[in-house]
Amino acid sequence: MPSSRPVYLNLLQIRMPVPAIASILHRLSGVLLFLLLPAFLLLLHYSLNSAHSFACLQECLQYPLSKFVLWVMLSSLLYHLIAGIRHLIMDAGFGESLTAARWVAYTTLTLNTLGIICLGIWLW
Amino acid sequence: MVKKITSLTGSGMHDWLIQRVSAIVLAVYTLFLVVYCMAYSPLHYEQWSALFAHPLMRVASFIAMLSIVYHTWVGMWTVLTDYIKCTTLRLTLHTLIILALFGYLAWCTAILWGL
Repeated sequence: MPSSRPVYLNLLQIRMPVPAIASILHRLSGVLLFLLLPAFLLLLHYSLNSAHSFACLQECLQYPLSKFVLWVMLSSLLYHLIAGIRHLIMDAGFGESLTAARWVAYTTLTLNTLGIICLGIWLW
Repeated sequence: MVKKITSLTGSGMHDWLIQRVSAIVLAVYTLFLVVYCMAYSPLHYEQWSALFAHPLMRVASFIAMLSIVYHTWVGMWTVLTDYIKCTTLRLTLHTLIILALFGYLAWCTAILWGL
């Protein structure tokens, strides 16, 4: 007899506590950083190749699309860095109680939101 | 045991430690670059290329890239084993990721030493 109970395995329907959101975004930013690794290496390549390629790169980064890509790259890096420090702090045994863990996660998300907005202002 | 064969060291403790050590190396390297760029803003080519011409900076950058290889190896293993149940797909993806990482390491070395 088929069960008529609803099965909720949809991530969008499961209520995620704040620390879970901070952690899943850390994973997401990590995967994104891996996918963007060629872009980081391209930046390194063109910035070091010659004075001419350095100038070309600066010019190329004026385009809205390249600015947006750079913003995504730097935002992922910032998020992964701050959320990574959060993991290291918790590995060291600090902020493991429920209240503290929530506070640490809120701080991580707030710092990142502010940082990512600042990056956007700096780029545009 | 199937899950273990593409893990970096085959030991959870070793992978865990390598993940943390490489994370600290990358955090220090990133913060150094950010501070350097802010101190010499706006950055000119002469300044930037002189920084990477220094042997210490080249070695530090190479160590940072090596840390990225280790860190990504362990990190992607963790993500893949959590979300991809199909063994064939997971092993294929992880193998491709590892090959890509070795490629990036070679590319980065070529950039740093101007090959």
